[in-house]
Amino acid sequence: MAVAQTPTARRSARDSSSSWRWTDRLGLAFAWFLGLLFLVVTVGIVIYLMVQGIRFVKPEYFVTSPSAGFSESETGGFLDPLIGTLQVTAMAMAIAFPVGLGVGVWLSEYGRPTWLARLTESTVEMLAGTPSIVFALFGVLLFQSPVLAAFSQKNEGIVFGRSFFAAAAMLSLIALPLVVANVREGLQAIPGHVREASYAVGKTKWATTRRVLLPAARPSVVTGAMLGVGRVVGDTAVIILLLGATLRINPAEGFLGEARGTGSTLTSFVFQNAPTGEANQPEKAYAAAFVLLSLVLVLNVVMDFVVRRGRRLTWGS
Amino acid sequence: MGFLSPPPVRTLPLTGEEPKVVVPNGNGNGNGFVSAGRKVAPSSLAIDRMAVEDLSIAYGSKVAVDSVSLPIRQGEVLALIGPSGCGKTTLLRSLNRLTELTKTASLKGRITLDGDDIAGFEPTSLRRRVTMVFQQPNPFPMSVFDNVAFVLREQASRRPRKRDLKGQVESALRRAGLWEEVKGDLAHPALRLSGGQQQRLCIARALAANPEVLLLDEPCSALDPQSTKVIEDLIVQLREEVAVVIVTHNLQQAHRIADYVAFMYLGELVEYGPAEQLFGAPRQERTREYISGAFG
Repeated sequence: MAVAQTPTARRSARDSSSSWRWTDRLGLAFAWFLGLLFLVVTVGIVIYLMVQGIRFVKPEYFVTSPSAGFSESETGGFLDPLIGTLQVTAMAMAIAFPVGLGVGVWLSEYGRPTWLARLTESTVEMLAGTPSIVFALFGVLLFQSPVLAAFSQKNEGIVFGRSFFAAAAMLSLIALPLVVANVREGLQAIPGHVREASYAVGKTKWATTRRVLLPAARPSVVTGAMLGVGRVVGDTAVIILLLGATLRINPAEGFLGEARGTGSTLTSFVFQNAPTGEANQPEKAYAAAFVLLSLVLVLNVVMDFVVRRGRRLTWGS
Repeated sequence: MGFLSPPPVRTLPLTGEEPKVVVPNGNGNGNGFVSAGRKVAPSSLAIDRMAVEDLSIAYGSKVAVDSVSLPIRQGEVLALIGPSGCGKTTLLRSLNRLTELTKTASLKGRITLDGDDIAGFEPTSLRRRVTMVFQQPNPFPMSVFDNVAFVLREQASRRPRKRDLKGQVESALRRAGLWEEVKGDLAHPALRLSGGQQQRLCIARALAANPEVLLLDEPCSALDPQSTKVIEDLIVQLREEVAVVIVTHNLQQAHRIADYVAFMYLGELVEYGPAEQLFGAPRQERTREYISGAFG
């Protein structure tokens, strides 16, 4: 059984530091210094944005659509970008989660032939290392091709190539490696004898994976999905190039118009309203950034909670 | 050269008592097991269930089990003993074809279950007839009830439903001697049980499939003496319903619960015989040395 370190064990480790050499003490002091430094920087950013943001957030922003205007009082709220963020994230995860889960399970539990598993692994790692602007550019080229015209709007024979579909497809590539890596790690952390225990009562590999391994790996699976959501929510490059960054959600006509239409998200809204952006409405930008940051923080807290709850119970190795 | 007889044991004196030395009544040719006393009377019935015929197993070019032949009978507990790496666990795992999970393993010879070669079985159906309990307690990450119900259901299915399985789950938990302790809260997460309870749950799980043979791979090595005793008593009770094969490093345990003992060394079956005879008057020099603690 993996038992949490008892307070006594921890205390005795600290007591023994009295016999440490000065180099060790220096190292420890340096580690403390760096740790505190990063903590201060991170907390500073969060608090600054929170304070700045909360000053400018008005409840009506959540329910009014943005509109064109000359002053910040005329330009409405960020209802559409907020919905856009939720919609594009849901769509991206609807692609990335099942695919990532499948790839992670395959890599951990099947992984045959070996060359294909290795190839898959390096491909996923490569995806993880690709800057999102590259995905965005690739997405533009891809979705402007006539073959994929169905996923966006067409105007006089020219494929627009920008839509929730296009953006979600590319965003899913950003989330995918995180889902794959976490699912795989979670499964590999399960001792081999647990799998064998299931085989040893006549269960197939699939039944074992489905009913024993995936439930056991749930904290990791959730972590992967949440980290993926975090990346997708925060991505800007793909949104600006592929979602059209229209002020309001602009559905296309016909089947699945919402998904084939364009829109914006909180990130592209912040980008455009930042002091360096086209619209230059810093108050709106701060308010939207505050909402975005809160979303991510809440996500982290939820993830932490789920992971902590799941990790308490485990086997000996 | 080790001890020909176990060293004298000095019992710690209570206050006001003289320390006293207990010398085991070694019987000359060498070990203290006879004095330890067997726990159980021999079983009345013995039905042949499995037969291992000239079985050899190799991992790559390394031979782990070398032409072993053994009978496995219901009504008897068979203990496999021997030093680490002698092939006893490999032999045990081959009985329900878990060795096949190791890619490099190759197998020669024949194992039969009720007369049929197990190579001809579907592995999943064989493993429902020959179930196994492992060294580490490894309940599945679900409730006590679901751990047993999982075995009763078809593969990954959720059917039959809970209330239809209640009787079977209860009977499996009863047979494993766990029912009284868990009946109040069957929804309790299995991983929150104590180590001994977890292991009995694993036995309940293995019994739920109504197997003909139960394999136990050092089931008590991760447990405290109290839980060990409970599980040993359980094993002895179970031998009437299923053939039991247990791998153990603990010779006293083998002596306490086994009817037949097989001593393996370097992949070979050195000696096989009734526990009384193997521990009391081993025929082979190696067996005698091993059980008197000379090596291993």
